[in-house]
Amino acid sequence: MSQPYRTEKGGQIDRDRKISFTFDGERMEGYECDTLASALLANGVHLVGRSFKYHRPRGILTAGSEEPNALVGIYRKGDQTPNLRATQVELYDGLEAISQNRFPSLSFDIGAVNDLLSPLFPSGFYYKTFMWPKAFWDRVYEPVIRAAAGLGKPPKNPDHDRYANLYAHCDVLVIGAGPAGLAAALAASETGARVILCDEQASLGGSLLSETTATIDGKQPADWAEDTVADLAARDNVTLLPRTTAFGYYAQNFVALAERVTDHMADPDPALPRERLWQVRAKEVVIAAGSIERPMVFPENDRPGILMAGAARTYLNRYGVKAGQKVLVATACDTAWQAAFDLADNGVEIAAIADTRKIVPEALMTIAEARNIKVRTGCVVTATQGRKRVSGALLGHVSSTGAVSSAGDVACDALLMSGGWTPTVSLYSQSRGKVVWDEASGNFLPGAHPQNERSAGACRGLYGLNAVLEDGYAAGEDAAKSATGKSAKCTYAVATGAHAGEGGTLGDLPNDRDASRVKAFVDYQNDVTAKDVKLAVREGMHSIEHIKRYTTTGMATDQGRLSNMNALAIASTALDKPLPQVGLTTFRQPFTPTSFGTFATSSRGDFFDPVRKTPSHQWAVDNDVVFEDVGQWKRSRYFPKDGEDMHGAVARECQVVREKVGLFDGSTLGKIEVVGPDAAEFLERMYTNPWKGLKPGRCRYGLMLNDAGFIIDDGVIGRIAEDRFHVTTTTGGAAHVFATMEDYLQTEWPDLDVWVTSTTEQYAVIALQGPLARDAIAPFISGIDLSPDAFPHMSVATGTFSGVPCRLFRISFTGEIGFEINVPRRHGTMVWDTMAAEIEKLGGVVYGTETMHVLRAEKGYIIVGQETDGTVTPDDVGMSWAIGKKKKDFVGKRGLARPDLIAEGRKQLVGLLTKDPRIVLEEGAQVTKVPDPAKGTSAEGHVTSAYHSPAAGRSIALAMVKDGRALHGKTLYIPMPGGAIEVEVTEPVFVDKEGGRLNG
Amino acid sequence: MLLIECPYCGVERPELEFRCGGEAHIARPEDPSGKTDEEWAEFLYMRTNTKGVYAERWRHIHGCGRFFNAVRDTVSDKFLKIYKAGEPMPDLASLAKEAGK
Ligand SMILES: [Zn+2]
Repeated sequence: MSQPYRTEKGGQIDRDRKISFTFDGERMEGYECDTLASALLANGVHLVGRSFKYHRPRGILTAGSEEPNALVGIYRKGDQTPNLRATQVELYDGLEAISQNRFPSLSFDIGAVNDLLSPLFPSGFYYKTFMWPKAFWDRVYEPVIRAAAGLGKPPKNPDHDRYANLYAHCDVLVIGAGPAGLAAALAASETGARVILCDEQASLGGSLLSETTATIDGKQPADWAEDTVADLAARDNVTLLPRTTAFGYYAQNFVALAERVTDHMADPDPALPRERLWQVRAKEVVIAAGSIERPMVFPENDRPGILMAGAARTYLNRYGVKAGQKVLVATACDTAWQAAFDLADNGVEIAAIADTRKIVPEALMTIAEARNIKVRTGCVVTATQGRKRVSGALLGHVSSTGAVSSAGDVACDALLMSGGWTPTVSLYSQSRGKVVWDEASGNFLPGAHPQNERSAGACRGLYGLNAVLEDGYAAGEDAAKSATGKSAKCTYAVATGAHAGEGGTLGDLPNDRDASRVKAFVDYQNDVTAKDVKLAVREGMHSIEHIKRYTTTGMATDQGRLSNMNALAIASTALDKPLPQVGLTTFRQPFTPTSFGTFATSSRGDFFDPVRKTPSHQWAVDNDVVFEDVGQWKRSRYFPKDGEDMHGAVARECQVVREKVGLFDGSTLGKIEVVGPDAAEFLERMYTNPWKGLKPGRCRYGLMLNDAGFIIDDGVIGRIAEDRFHVTTTTGGAAHVFATMEDYLQTEWPDLDVWVTSTTEQYAVIALQGPLARDAIAPFISGIDLSPDAFPHMSVATGTFSGVPCRLFRISFTGEIGFEINVPRRHGTMVWDTMAAEIEKLGGVVYGTETMHVLRAEKGYIIVGQETDGTVTPDDVGMSWAIGKKKKDFVGKRGLARPDLIAEGRKQLVGLLTKDPRIVLEEGAQVTKVPDPAKGTSAEGHVTSAYHSPAAGRSIALAMVKDGRALHGKTLYIPMPGGAIEVEVTEPVFVDKEGGRLNG
Repeated sequence: MLLIECPYCGVERPELEFRCGGEAHIARPEDPSGKTDEEWAEFLYMRTNTKGVYAERWRHIHGCGRFFNAVRDTVSDKFLKIYKAGEPMPDLASLAKEAGK
């Protein structure tokens, strides 16, 4: 028979719409509005997974997002999403679900041997076992553990779904659409306040959807919920978000919501995202998160078929599903009795109600009697049977001394339990609220309000439908008043029936068993038992935070919502300390597991980071460039021809630049326009060099320090006019230099009349370097006399390039004659293409950053960030000449006089030549005095740059070496795995030491 | 994410638009060369790093670009006062008292 556990009628499922789905390949049927969990239960399937550590068979425990056991994989579009809670997966036609954490099959799982070996897996097992031997960690323990443990398998392919992101603002955000949340939304929206109401379930209504004994304004609770939702939906100032979990509460009422947009659809519109991240800034928040039923901690409380009484009631009343045919109810509180009564009224045999309390309310006894239900008071469950589904339980009488004596066995095919209710304070706690222990109810409740929020209903320990509704209305009114200053009259709906109920228990229950052989689970998902918590205390874990980490209790995906209170109570008893003194662990975001896709939203692939392209980008692509990423920039690294490798291409590029001419895209250079009457004074203070004497039309190399005296940037600065400088910075330093200039200008020297403007993106920079550079540009430049006398090295002038305004610099980073053409960015590609064609006629070459690096290293020009590392002074790199000695002050001047910066023994820039000219050193390698230094010897320095130099015909290197300038001609060593490399210390210049080539 | 009100733009904007610039009211000495090594090291490196009410620099870097100062409770992350650069440091003790610390 199909769906043998389905009731004849009732529930909010659509019985006219049958839905076909598979679980582990087996085809089954359910109805529209089922969850996967309710449909499986309708088919009599309780066993849905294996536990994390012991691989014990596990069944559906709850009906909500706190579900610890029923984690499944869902196949879609050829891939699988793991670890979805079957209680939240909505059924659609063709849904394919698989169980997890089992091999080879769910009913026969080899890993279950862990259960028999469980004495080997006590709490702290990982810490204890993996101390020794160290090598076993990587090779034995970890692979074995990883294969055996875990939850689900990660998908194999990149996520093919889209995820969306939006920001929203509202006056009142209501979290949770149960009775309190609906009432709060009604009251708040009545004032005209903008309200967002979200709930993690598909249907709004929360506990109202499972409640059948009460009425609200004369209606069935589910009908009242439906009407209320329709009312709210019709209000323009209300946004309803079903299937939306508020998973994170951050500072200043910033709340993150994850909306599941398409997971419930059989055939979703491809235009829709799978999930949507809402980042809501709410003036006021109403938390109406409800409460969660606590499991009872008795031996073998984890068999399939054992589930929460409230969940069983939800399955019955909302989904028309009976948890079993013969049901035992074990409880410590009133609410589970109603589950028994509802099931009995639907033809389910109630084997017994076993209540831990000696005395239960008379009213309940009367109702039970009327239904002929056996009641056992003062009774606990001491054992359960049944491997893949519970088949019976042993009961025990608890005497006044706490001793347990057998009270016979009960056969059953389902066992409902209820240890009472725990208010859901997770979001309140995330808002940085401190929970307060309430002795009367035995719960932690929200305390003072660090943010503009209030809790309403069961999440603040209030029970009884009418009280919860009233609290919701009041919270909504209060929130709207605080947010908008407005109030409005709202008629409160009145509920009758559904009494609050009493009772509850915390911690593990007594039994008459051998304690060493009993597994009574506290945290189902992490397989933590009461025994584990006690052991942790015995072994010295006295803080609840330590117990949590040692046992992993409360660290599962439900964040301890099911387990924390029981674990705490057990620890409290073991520590012999009152429970509130043991303290609750901190609840952290996210409230439920949230997909990486939702966090990443559209920031994936091409949108992960912006890509900055230079004017020559397309030309480079067309000419077989190899790019390198420099920050966000794509820079041309080299241009291989005819199967050349990098070495070959760079050697050719270098040679042609020195012999003829090379074309290089320098557009990534940082550029800052410094303008104003005090521009020169400002640069005097920012750079080590003097600027006031620099004539317009001339350039100077500038060195920037921080106030500690260390080099942070460099670049050529051209004086365009008395009051205008064109500053260049390194590619990587552009943003920082600009920010530093603004900082000093705004906060230290606001009296200076200067404007600084970043022009990095506004100018394209096309560089020509080499003996034929002038010939290359001459045909296109107008308005500038390019002759060496009129326009010598370190000049700048404005003119035109093919009619386009340009700033032309005569500067060199290669030691050759060099020009840099600065044109508005939109003309950059034209200039590039023009010059690329022109140099081809001259036999020139286009070169990339690799060649640029070699050419400058041949000349000993430093690169900030390569030769320097934030601890290098100008003198260290031989640039004392760049310091304006007469200046009273500049940023870094006082720092340079600090004792450590003028001490002997600082590392200085030198050149290194290997004895074997073919060996290119490794950048970063250590430099030592002897080939085989003793262990513990400090290095004398390190290699900063190393290349093969075509011009020198050998390898060259730059290094920072202790007192290096005094070591020219001496031999040092570079110890490497294959033996030390002998090097000779030289000047850091390898080509054209006189510098004559610059001035042609 | 914090909301910060730029005193120049006069609007509240998300933290993303701003950059924190460390402790406020540490002026660069007028005559650095006249400072001893200890004084200079103090200026460069020593910060109070308060747990509690703290005056710090912020810059509306993706907005108007201006630097300003703010008093923030580093425990609750709440801004107690935001003011323009150049204005004197408010009385932190009385701000703390107002905030109920
Ligand atoms: Zn601003």
